[in-house]
Amino acid sequence: MSNIPKELKYASTHEWVRNEGDGIFTVGISEHAQDLLGDMVFVELPEVGATVAAGDDVAVAESVKAASDIYAPIAGEIVAVNEELEDAPETVNNDPYGDGWLFKIKADDASEVESLLDAEGYQAVIDEE
Amino acid sequence: MAQRTPLYDAHVKANAKMVDFHGWDMPLNYGSQIEEHQAVRNDSGVFDVSHMTIVDVAGTEAKAFLQYLLANDVAKLTVSGKALYSGMLNQAGGVIDDLIVYYFTDESYRLVVNSATREQDMAWINAVAADFQVTITERPELAMLALQGPKAEEKLKLVMGADKFTGVASMKPFMSLQVGDYFIATTGYTGEKGYEIALPAEQVVALWDALLNVGVQPCGLGARDTLRLEAGMNLYGQDMDETVTPLESNMGWSVAFEPAERDFIGRAALTEQKAQGHAKLVGLVMKEKGVLRHGQKVIVGDSEGVITSGTFSPTLGFSIALARVPATVGATAEVEIRKKLVTVSVVKPSFVRNGQSVL
Repeated sequence: MSNIPKELKYASTHEWVRNEGDGIFTVGISEHAQDLLGDMVFVELPEVGATVAAGDDVAVAESVKAASDIYAPIAGEIVAVNEELEDAPETVNNDPYGDGWLFKIKADDASEVESLLDAEGYQAVIDEE
Repeated sequence: MAQRTPLYDAHVKANAKMVDFHGWDMPLNYGSQIEEHQAVRNDSGVFDVSHMTIVDVAGTEAKAFLQYLLANDVAKLTVSGKALYSGMLNQAGGVIDDLIVYYFTDESYRLVVNSATREQDMAWINAVAADFQVTITERPELAMLALQGPKAEEKLKLVMGADKFTGVASMKPFMSLQVGDYFIATTGYTGEKGYEIALPAEQVVALWDALLNVGVQPCGLGARDTLRLEAGMNLYGQDMDETVTPLESNMGWSVAFEPAERDFIGRAALTEQKAQGHAKLVGLVMKEKGVLRHGQKVIVGDSEGVITSGTFSPTLGFSIALARVPATVGATAEVEIRKKLVTVSVVKPSFVRNGQSVL
């Protein structure tokens, strides 16, 4: 059984979103996603300052098995990226909801997050796979 | 339902992620494929290869049969226990399978063939055997483990005990020896020293547990793939199949054209292809960020080739691949990765041996 924290929101493409307050949201990939991909070898992150729309492919998680696009779950501006992943991509495997976060977005419209899946909805997505 | 090896419960107990592999439920990894890979390069790892097919060939014409069936020449085998790698070809020179043949006497040999090709292999072997005085016996009652890595020898000695291990200690590479119920071969698919051990299925769990108890890392198909690719070893169905010949698959060294009077299946087609020229299988190295993958297009001047196997190399820290390219290829080529063209180095298809880079 995959760990799906209740306090997070999810996209059907396996990104999670955490509300950090002040319209800032942290984004990573779920435990289920990292498990599917296997050992991570490179993570390509967006530029800080980039403006993204919901659904844009903004990052790439490359594992021993496959390269997988990571999509912006909401529109906004990239305000931070996890530079630690450059030297330690395996952090995404070891701590997907913590130190393995990917980037932070300042949302254009914070209410957009409400339309994402909750833990139960995301579990249903996994169950259908 | 998928077939299970006698070690299925042991895999589950070791937290394996099980996947379907050509109709077999096999472990992909036990947590981290990269850690398993490093264990084999630096210490020792054990793989369940019980799904592989063991076939014994016996009879007065066993030697003549194998000389005709295989592209390599079993007449090279004169020392009991010696092993030989060979392709088994169709009339067009296409690779039906690659295998290892073990020599006992001129009337007794053992073949170990791939599991994914078992049905085609058995049909082909039995059809060719019909014209020879030979008996073909599959040995499904045997399980098989591959124990690989620089510490494989010391671990097997611990498990077998010094007395039983005496004969094994002096084995040269590519040899085999029957020790009690264990058929032990100094072969493998990782580029490290190690053993492949066939034994009665009912004993394999005990050997597996004993190896884990002395600190051998259980390893899955994921690590098996990155290890063999670093070693520059082909994977059947990916780097070669019935549509290509050994000459196009970096297996030319395993085709014995001499002596000229030996007829083997595929010989005429290979002789013709050799005269006409053909594509070749090379190694590719990319030191930039990114990973070369199976199926990516390789651009060589005005013509094209394709990556047959690609991966991130955990030992080297960058990406490597095998690619089938036109013979005109030079020191570099371009690969199309995610819509971008990247320049890569072209090298001999061998990257790591005994833990060290050979680039």
